[in-house]
Amino acid sequence: MTETHTPQLIDPDVIGGSPEEPRLIGSVCARCGTVTFPRQRSCPRCTSEDVQARELATRGELWSWTIQCFAPKAPPYLPGGVEEFEPYGVGYIELPGEVRVEARLTESEPDRLRIGMLMDLTLIPVPGAPDKLTFAFRPACQEDE
Amino acid sequence: VSGGGDVAVVGVGIHAFGRHDGVTGLEMGAIAARRALADVGIAWQDVDFAAGGSDAAGNADTSVSILGLTGVPFINVKNGCATGGSALTTAHAMLVSGAAEVALVVGFDKHPRGAFNPLPEEWGIGSWYGETGLMLTTQFFALKIQRYMAEHGISDSTLAKVAAKAFENGARNPNAWRRNPLTEEEILGARMVNHPLTQYMFCSPGEGAVALVLARGSRIRELARVPVYLRSVAFRTRRFGSFEVFSPSIPIESAPSATTEAAAAAFEEAGIGPGDVDVAQIQDTESGAEVMHLAETGLCEHGEQEALIQSGATELGGRLPINTDGGCLACGEPIGASGLRQVHEIVLQLRGEAGERQVPKACRVGFTQVYGAPGVSACTVLTV
Repeated sequence: MTETHTPQLIDPDVIGGSPEEPRLIGSVCARCGTVTFPRQRSCPRCTSEDVQARELATRGELWSWTIQCFAPKAPPYLPGGVEEFEPYGVGYIELPGEVRVEARLTESEPDRLRIGMLMDLTLIPVPGAPDKLTFAFRPACQEDE
Repeated sequence: VSGGGDVAVVGVGIHAFGRHDGVTGLEMGAIAARRALADVGIAWQDVDFAAGGSDAAGNADTSVSILGLTGVPFINVKNGCATGGSALTTAHAMLVSGAAEVALVVGFDKHPRGAFNPLPEEWGIGSWYGETGLMLTTQFFALKIQRYMAEHGISDSTLAKVAAKAFENGARNPNAWRRNPLTEEEILGARMVNHPLTQYMFCSPGEGAVALVLARGSRIRELARVPVYLRSVAFRTRRFGSFEVFSPSIPIESAPSATTEAAAAAFEEAGIGPGDVDVAQIQDTESGAEVMHLAETGLCEHGEQEALIQSGATELGGRLPINTDGGCLACGEPIGASGLRQVHEIVLQLRGEAGERQVPKACRVGFTQVYGAPGVSACTVLTV
């Protein structure tokens, strides 16, 4: 018998699809079309409660970025994440026509980040919980652009 | 000048900001309250309404067990960094309505060292947000100023100048925490915290307390040496489309910030424009916040900050002195106390009692703005 490790998504209400093809789950308002992330039960713009889940685009433009240079405190970070801390990028990615999503970036070198660059959704291990996956955005490959 | 329903700050008291081992936040609040009462020359028994709060140092109303059990109605508020502004809003409303004649407002706090570690569950977000490493106020400010700098041509040098000014002013303020001036080069060369913001461009959670005594109508002239009229106080939460702290997403459609709306409402209620302001205290959680809030409050146009700050206009001797007591950068951030510290400083400046950091020009109109998570702001206009 072989033991298989299927990594768990950090929160199935936030990330859907499969580990190979993840999708962020947001919501869209049936009345005014506003897209939110994560999924909300009511629309923050028009207050309607008629909102549905929606899988968000997986590619967008970097709207702003920073590098997290110090380890966050645990909680809310995991203790293991504090131990293995390395500076990481954080940004907002504008998904065209939808919403700007805050995410970790796989890139942590300031010189390789610029506002407007194309970014793709990916998964990374949760810091301090390697069996769990969370979402991040990585620079789109040049041939993809 | 009088007006605004004739409410005035008639007394102020402060407990020094910084680190104070062996004294609780609540005790600091009571010390500030006694100093404010002494500044007016009245007793705790003369206060017929009180409001106050802290974020992490206990319930303000329990200070009655230190100050005395007079039966006074005492409302606790808790509104993040806008806690002091909310307490002031509450007291102002009670005075304007005639429900009280003399009110005490107190704000205090005592935070452990290092960055704040709020829990996402308390802010309506899943634990995934914190575990992923996104639940940090410093990230928000860095992301906001990074975008703002690109859109409005703000330089790293300007961020450093804001911090250098804060420490310069803090050096002249005996109640400030950081009292050593730093050069622009030292600030830019310091440890990076969140690009583009270095260690000395951020305020640190700290300790401290401030209290104000307010009065209405005929009580003002009886009590105050130099009344400083509270012409308006306006408090707002965020609207859809504003970019605020702890946002897993932000809409592409943009809207004015809570600060923009609170400031506009405060100026309108006071019947005074941003161009009339002689001296202002605005939320400088980090250097970029002062830059952005300058324009959000209407004190300048977006993009104008670069020339304004580089020219020295926001320094003590400039056209528009900002954060004359050193702001959050030099005083630190005891959440519950900061909003009232701003008003305390404006009162001293308008009375001409700010000592070594007194603005040299004549000041008749002051303005304050606090901002806090998850998108709250309170602004005041004060005049003599």
